[in-house]
Amino acid sequence: MMNALGDPQSLLVLGGSSEIGLATARRLVRSRVEVVHLAGRPSPALDAAAQELRALGAQVHVHDFDAAAVDTHETVLGKIFAEGDVDVALLAFGVLGDQEQGEREPLAAAAVAQVNYLGAVTSSLVCAQALRRQGHGALVVLSSVAGERARRSNFIYGSTKAGLDAFAQGLGDSLQGTGAKVMVVRPGFVRTRMTEGMQEAPLATTADAVAEAVVTGLRRGSETVWVPGALRYVMSGLRHVPRAVFRKLPV
Amino acid sequence: MAGLSVAVMDGPEGPLTGWGRTAPTTARLRTPTTAAEARAAVRAADGRGLLARGLGRSYGDAAQNAGGTVLDMTSLARVLALDLERGVVTCEAGVSLDRLMKLLLPFGWFVPVTPGTRYVTVGGAIGADIHGKNHHVSGSFGHHVTRMRLLTAAGEEVELAPGEELFDATTGGMGLTGVILDATIALLPVTTSLMSVDTERATDLDDLMQRLEATDHRYRYSVAWIDLVARGGATGRAVLSRGEHATVDLLTPRQRRDPLAFQPRSLPPAPRGIPGGLLRTGTVGAFNELWFRKAPRERRGQLQRIGAFFHPLDGVPEWNRVYGPGGFLQYQFVVPYGQEAVLRSIVEQLSRHGCPSFLAVLKRFGEGGPGWLSFPMPGWTLALDLPASVPGLGPLLDRLDEQVLAAGGRIYLAKDSRMRPQTLAAMYPRLAEFRALRERIDPGGAFTSDLARRLAL
Repeated sequence: MMNALGDPQSLLVLGGSSEIGLATARRLVRSRVEVVHLAGRPSPALDAAAQELRALGAQVHVHDFDAAAVDTHETVLGKIFAEGDVDVALLAFGVLGDQEQGEREPLAAAAVAQVNYLGAVTSSLVCAQALRRQGHGALVVLSSVAGERARRSNFIYGSTKAGLDAFAQGLGDSLQGTGAKVMVVRPGFVRTRMTEGMQEAPLATTADAVAEAVVTGLRRGSETVWVPGALRYVMSGLRHVPRAVFRKLPV
Repeated sequence: MAGLSVAVMDGPEGPLTGWGRTAPTTARLRTPTTAAEARAAVRAADGRGLLARGLGRSYGDAAQNAGGTVLDMTSLARVLALDLERGVVTCEAGVSLDRLMKLLLPFGWFVPVTPGTRYVTVGGAIGADIHGKNHHVSGSFGHHVTRMRLLTAAGEEVELAPGEELFDATTGGMGLTGVILDATIALLPVTTSLMSVDTERATDLDDLMQRLEATDHRYRYSVAWIDLVARGGATGRAVLSRGEHATVDLLTPRQRRDPLAFQPRSLPPAPRGIPGGLLRTGTVGAFNELWFRKAPRERRGQLQRIGAFFHPLDGVPEWNRVYGPGGFLQYQFVVPYGQEAVLRSIVEQLSRHGCPSFLAVLKRFGEGGPGWLSFPMPGWTLALDLPASVPGLGPLLDRLDEQVLAAGGRIYLAKDSRMRPQTLAAMYPRLAEFRALRERIDPGGAFTSDLARRLAL
C-alpha cells in the first residue's frame, strides 16, 4: 500500500531495463518498496537491473514482456497483478526510432508507433483495470515534451508520445473516484543509452532527475510532472509560437 | 435462506481516508442496520475482504479496505440495555461515545474512557483499544468491556468474555478478527457534568516530566500539552491540565439547579478548500506562543465543561481540513519509564527539524491491558500532528521509529499511516500469535484493511 507520505511498497516497471525505470526503482526501494516486478524483453540489461535491485534488498521478479506484442499484454500483466497488489506501475518502455529511416520506410515508423503508442495503450488499459479492482494505485506514464508540439526533426516519435499523452490524460480522468490514478511525466531531453550520440536539446536532464521527479510527484499526488520543472513554462510559450516560426526554431 | 435473504443497502463507491486525509482508496460501502444485514455483507464479501468502519477518526488507513467492502457501522446504533443501578450499558457497535454521554450523563453515569474526541464508535473504541487522560488510573477502553458479540469470518455470531483468546485479540485488533456487533460497558458514576481542573505551566521538558511524575497519581485525568515549536531553553515547555469530575458542592448555586446538564456547543465546521501550507512553523509557533501565554501559571479547581476539558477540538467540526489537501498525520509513540533520555532526544529532534506541530500531547500511561495489539504500556506517550508535506518527514519519522523500538517502546496503530512492517512486528511481540489466530479463524482472509495490507498484520 502507498503510505501517507506517498511511498509505495510494490512496483511494476514496464520496460524493465529502462534507465529511468531502474533509477526510479532504486529510489523507491531505498524508501519502502519491497517487491519489484521488472517486465521486459530478456536482455543482459534486464538481468543486471534485477541483480542491482536485489542487492538493495528488494524481492525482484522478472517477467518476459514485449511491448510490441499487444495481444500478449492481458495475459502477461494479468499474471503479475494476480500475485499481489501493485502500488505503482511505471510505464517506462519506448523507442526513439530513426526519423529519417521512418520517413523512407513507413513500416519502420509503424514499428515506433506499435511500441510507443499501441503497446502503451494496451498495457496501460490492463494496468488501469487491475488498479481499479484493487481500489488504489498509481500508473505512471512516461510521455515526453516531444509530444507537446510536433517538430520537423522527430515528429514520428513525437506524434506517438502526443497520442500516448492524450490517452493517458483521458485514462486518468476515467479513473476519478476509483482510488487509482494516472500520473503523466513529460521529460525533456534525457541523457540515456536511447539518446546517446544525439545533439542535446536545451534543458537536457538525466534519468536520475526524472526518477526524483517521479518520486516527488507520487508524494504530492501530482497528475502531470515536467522534468525539469521549467519546461512547463517553456512549453506553454512554445505551444503558441506560429508554425512558420516554430519550424525554423533550432529545437 | 432464499426467502429470508437480507439485502444490504448498496452504498456509494468512493474514496475513503482516515482523519488525516492521506492515501485515499476506494471500497464498496455497505450500511447495515441490523446484525443480519452485517452477516449478509460478510457472506457476500469477495477476495478483497471486508472491514467495519466507525466514524473514521483513526488518522491513517486503519478503516479503509481498497477494492473490497467497507461496512459503515454508524447505522447499527441501538442502545440495547441500560442498567442504571449498576451503571452498565449494552449497545450496538455503531453507537458513538457522544451519544452515550448525552444519554447517560443525566442519569449520573459517564463513559469509562474517552479519547480526545467524542466522535468515535464503541466498535472503534474496542478495535483500537483507545485510551484517555485517565489511563494511569483506569486503563484502556477494553478494560471496561464486560462482554461483546463478534461476527466472525464463518458468518457466526460469538459471545466473548474478557480473558478469552478472541476477546483479547479483538481489543486492539483493529477490526481484523471480525465485526463487533454489540458490547456491554461498565460505566463511571458522576454527580455533575463539570470537571474540576488544575492548570499549571511547565517551563521546559524536565520541569514537565518532574511535575507529572510527582503528582499524577492525585488526579484521575492528566495530560500535558507541549509546544514542540519552541526551541532552546524553552524546548518542551508545556501546560499541564489535570482534573477530576466535580462534586455538587463545588458548583455555583445556579449550576446546582441542573448539575448533570450536558449540551456541548460547537462552532461552524472548518471550511472546505483550505489551501495547504498555511501551517508553517511561523504561524503554528505564534499560535503555540499565544496559547502558552494565555494559560494560567497556576490555577486550582477551575470548573470546566466536559467538552472543553476532554474534547476541545470537537468544538470545530472537520478541523482536519485546516491542513489542506495534502493532509496530515499523527505520530504517537510510547517509551517505557526509565527511557526519559529517549523521550527528551525525540522532542529535541522534532523541535530542531522545525516541524510545525500544534500542541503535542504528553501523558503517563499506567499498566497495559491484555489486548494482543493494544498500544498502552507503562511509560511516556507523546502524540503530535504533522502536515504530510513537511520536507524530510519520512526519513525523520523512520529514525524516530528506530529509537522508539530500541527503547522498548511502540507506535499506536490507530494513528499510524507510514510505518515499516518490520518495525511494527518488532514492537508488538504478540503479532505472530495474532497472525496465527487470524490464519486459523479466517483462512480465506474475509477481514482485511489497508493498514493490515501495509503492515502485514
